[in-house]
Amino acid sequence: MKLLIGLGSCGIAAGGMKVRDAFTELSAQNPGIDLVIAETGCMGMCYKEPMVELIDDKGFGTVYGGVTPEIAKEIFEKHILGGVPAEEYVVAKSDGGGAEGSFISKQQRIVLSRCGKINPESIDEAIAMGAYKGLEKALKSMTPEEVIAEVLASGVKGRGGAGFPTGLKWKFAAAEKADQKYIICNADEGDPGAFMDRSVLEGDPHSVIEGLAIGGYAIGASEGYVYARAEYPIAIKRLQIAIKQAEERGLLGDNILGTGFSFHLHIKQGAGAFVCGEETALIASIEGQRGMPRMRPPYPANKGLFGKPSNINNVETLANIGWIIRNGAEKFAAIGTEKSKGTKVFALAGKIKRGGLVEIPIGLTIRDVVFGIGGGTVSGKPFKAVQLGGPSGGCIPAELVDTVIDYDTLNATGAIMGSGGMIVMDEDNCMVDIARYFLNFTQSESCGKCTFCKIGTKRMLEILERITKGEGVEGDIEKLEYLADQIRRNALCGLGQTAPNPVLTTLRYFRHEYEAHIRDKKCPAHQCKALIKYEIDPAKCIGCTACAKKCPVNAIEGKAKTAHSIDQAKCIKCGTCLSSCKFGAISVD
Amino acid sequence: MCNCCNKDSKYYEPFETILSGFRGVESELIPILQKLQEAYGYLPEDIIKRLSERTGIFVTQIMGVATFYSQFKLRPAGKHSVKICFGTACHVNGAETVAEALCDELGIKLGETTPDGLITLESVACLGCCSLAPVIMIDDEAFGRLTASKVRQIIRDLYEKEGKSK
Ligand SMILES: Cc1cc2nc3c(=O)[nH]c(=O)nc-3n(C[C@H](O)[C@H](O)[C@H](O)COP(=O)(O)O)c2cc1C
Ligand code: SF4
Ligand code: SF4
Ligand code: SF4
Ligand code: FES
Ligand code: FES
Repeated sequence: MKLLIGLGSCGIAAGGMKVRDAFTELSAQNPGIDLVIAETGCMGMCYKEPMVELIDDKGFGTVYGGVTPEIAKEIFEKHILGGVPAEEYVVAKSDGGGAEGSFISKQQRIVLSRCGKINPESIDEAIAMGAYKGLEKALKSMTPEEVIAEVLASGVKGRGGAGFPTGLKWKFAAAEKADQKYIICNADEGDPGAFMDRSVLEGDPHSVIEGLAIGGYAIGASEGYVYARAEYPIAIKRLQIAIKQAEERGLLGDNILGTGFSFHLHIKQGAGAFVCGEETALIASIEGQRGMPRMRPPYPANKGLFGKPSNINNVETLANIGWIIRNGAEKFAAIGTEKSKGTKVFALAGKIKRGGLVEIPIGLTIRDVVFGIGGGTVSGKPFKAVQLGGPSGGCIPAELVDTVIDYDTLNATGAIMGSGGMIVMDEDNCMVDIARYFLNFTQSESCGKCTFCKIGTKRMLEILERITKGEGVEGDIEKLEYLADQIRRNALCGLGQTAPNPVLTTLRYFRHEYEAHIRDKKCPAHQCKALIKYEIDPAKCIGCTACAKKCPVNAIEGKAKTAHSIDQAKCIKCGTCLSSCKFGAISVD
Repeated sequence: MCNCCNKDSKYYEPFETILSGFRGVESELIPILQKLQEAYGYLPEDIIKRLSERTGIFVTQIMGVATFYSQFKLRPAGKHSVKICFGTACHVNGAETVAEALCDELGIKLGETTPDGLITLESVACLGCCSLAPVIMIDDEAFGRLTASKVRQIIRDLYEKEGKSK
C-alpha cells in the first residue's frame, strides 16, 4: 500500500507535516506492514487540507481530508491495518465516490495530471506517468518546424494572461538568426490571490522542464531560464531537484538522449516586484537591473535577454507542451471551444465553499465552476460576483453566471481569462472596495516610468478612497472614467494599460453601488467602515452581556438584564458584536 | 577587531564567502544581494559600500536595485517576522480587520518593527493558502481563518512564550 501526503504550500500551512510525522511514527511502530509513505504536491482540494491518499495494491485510491494526527491514528488502525476505510473522513475515491466527488468529476486534467499523484522529487514517478515522452518524440522523430506546426495545430494559447497563440510566438523566435537564443519560463505569478503556477512547480516540476526543452529545440535555444517568484521557496527547491535529476538522466544538458541537442536550464529568483511579470521588465531583472519595462518593438523575439532573440512563456503554457507532443495536437484541440482549446487551471478562492486548484476543459460556464465544482458561497449568502484576472482583470456579476469560460466570451464582459485567479464574492463584499483594493495594488507596484500610470492611478486611487470614506462628490464617477481611459491609452506597459479594468468593470455592473456611496453615503454591502453604524435595538436586547464581553474595545455598555447600547465614539466597527448576539438585537446600516 | 572600521573581521567572513562564488558582474547583482541579505538579515550600509568597491558597480546602482525590489531590507528586522496576507482571497475575507487588530495589538504600523525588537510586521500578497483566508504567517508557521480576536490572542501567546510583557 502507498500513502501519499499532500505537502504543497497549503498542505504544509494547514499542518501536513504533523500528519506526515504521525503516519511515519505509526508505521515505525508496526514494522511488519507493507506501507510506503510518500510526499506529493497539491491534490486540488485545498479546502480539505491536510489531505492524504491511500492507494491499495490494485491502484484504488481513497482520499482523506481534514486529517489531524489523531485522525491519522484512526485511519491507520481502521484502513491500513484493518482494511476498512474510515468513511467519515473520506473525501473522494478513485471511482468518483466520496463526499466531495463532485469537486473532481467536472474537471479534466492535463496540466495537473501528475500533480498530487507523484512525488515531485522523484523523476522516476514522473517518467512512469509519461514525463519526457514528448521530449523524446520531438527530438528523435520531429524537426523543429514539425514541433512548431504541432503546437500551432493544437491551438494552445498563452496561459499567462494575454492569450497569444504559443505556436505563433515560437515561429517568430525560430525565424530569427542568432548565435544564441533563450527560452524563458515566466514563473513570477504576481496576481495576489493566484497559485496555479506555484502548484504546478511544486507538484510536477518536470512538466515545465519538458516544455522548456521542447520549446528550446523548436526555436533553436540552447539556454533556458525559469524566472521564479522569490516567495516560492518550496517550488524553487523542487525545481532545483528536478533539474538536477533530469541532468543526471541525460534529459537536460549536453547531447540530450544522444540526439545532439543540448539544453541548459537556470533558475533566476525574482525579488518581489509585480511588474517583473511583464516580459521586458523580466528580462531587465534577469540582467540584474531595476525591473522597468521598455518600449516594444523591438520585441523579445527579436532582441530579448542580453540582446538575443528570446521567447517567454508562462508555467502553465509550458506544462501543456509535453502532453501535446506526446498525445498529438488533434487530441488537445478536441478539448475546449471553437476558438479556445484545451484546459485552464484556476485558483478558486475567496468566499467559496470548496476552494482549491481546479483544471477545467475550456467551455464550462462560471456557474459550473462556482456552483458545480466550488459548491457555492461558504457563507450560504447570495453569490454576488467573481473576479477573474486579478489586478488586470475584472468582476463578472451574478447575472452573467452562465458566461462561457473562453478567451473571447470573457473579454466581451470586460473581464479577462487572466492567468487563473478566480475570486468568488458574496453579498457582503463591496464592489467599490474591491476596485480600490486592486488599484491600491497596481498603484504601489507601478514602476514609475510613465506619468499616466504613476500619477494617473494615484489620482484614481485617491478618488476611490474618498468614495469609500463617504467623501465622494458628484462628478467622481465621470472623473474616474476619464482617467481610466487616458491611462489605458497612454501607459507604456500592460500593468498601466490594464490597471483601470477592475474599476471599469465594477462601474459597468455595479454603478449603483458607487452612487449609493457618493449620494446616499451608504455602503450597501455594509463593508466601508466610515459609512456604517452598529446599533442595538433596546426592544430586542435582553441584556445577556454576550456582545459586551466580545467587543475588543469595550464600546458596549449596559447592566446585565437591561438593554445595552453602543458608544459610537469608541466603536471601531469590527462587527464582532453582530455575530455574537443570539437575539437579533444588533443591526448594521 | 579591525581598527579602521571597528568591526570584528568575522563580520566580513560571510561577505567574502558569498562574493567568492560570483564573478561580480552586473547580471549577478540580484542573486548577490539575496545571498547577502540571507547572511546578514538585511543589507547593511557598509556591506553595500564594500560590494561596490569590490565589483565596481556604483553604490547608486546597487541602491537603485535594492530599493526597487520589495524583498530587500535596508534595516534590521525583528526576531520574529509576522507577515499578514493582503492577497485577494484574504482581502475579501476580512484581512483589513485582522490587520487593524494586529497593528493595534503591536502598537506599530505595517513595515515596522516593535521597539523591543521582537516582531517585524510585513504585508505580503498571497501566502498560498487562500482556502485558509485570512492568513498570517509567523516565521514559517501559517495561522488561518483568523478574526480580530484570534489574531490578538496569537500575539499575546507569542509574547507569553517569549517571556515578555507588552
Ligand atoms: C504587469 C504584468 C505582470 C505579468 N505577470 C505575469 C506573471 O506573473 N506570469 C506570467 O506568466 N505572465 C505574466 N504577465 C504576462 C507576460 O508578460 C507574458 O505575456 C507571458 O508570460 C507570456 O507567456 P504566455 O504566452 O505563455 O502566456 C504579466 C504581464 C504584465 C503586463
Ligand atoms: S505602465 Fe506603469 S508599470 Fe508600466 S512602464 Fe509605465 S509606469 Fe511602469
Ligand atoms: S462593532 Fe466591534 S467595536 Fe463596535 S461595538 Fe460591535 S464589537 Fe464593539
Ligand atoms: S448580545 Fe444581543 S441581547 Fe445580548 S446584550 Fe448584546 S445586544 Fe443585548
Ligand atoms: S495545495 Fe494542498 S490541495 Fe492544494
Ligand atoms: S490571498 Fe491570502 S493566502 Fe492567498
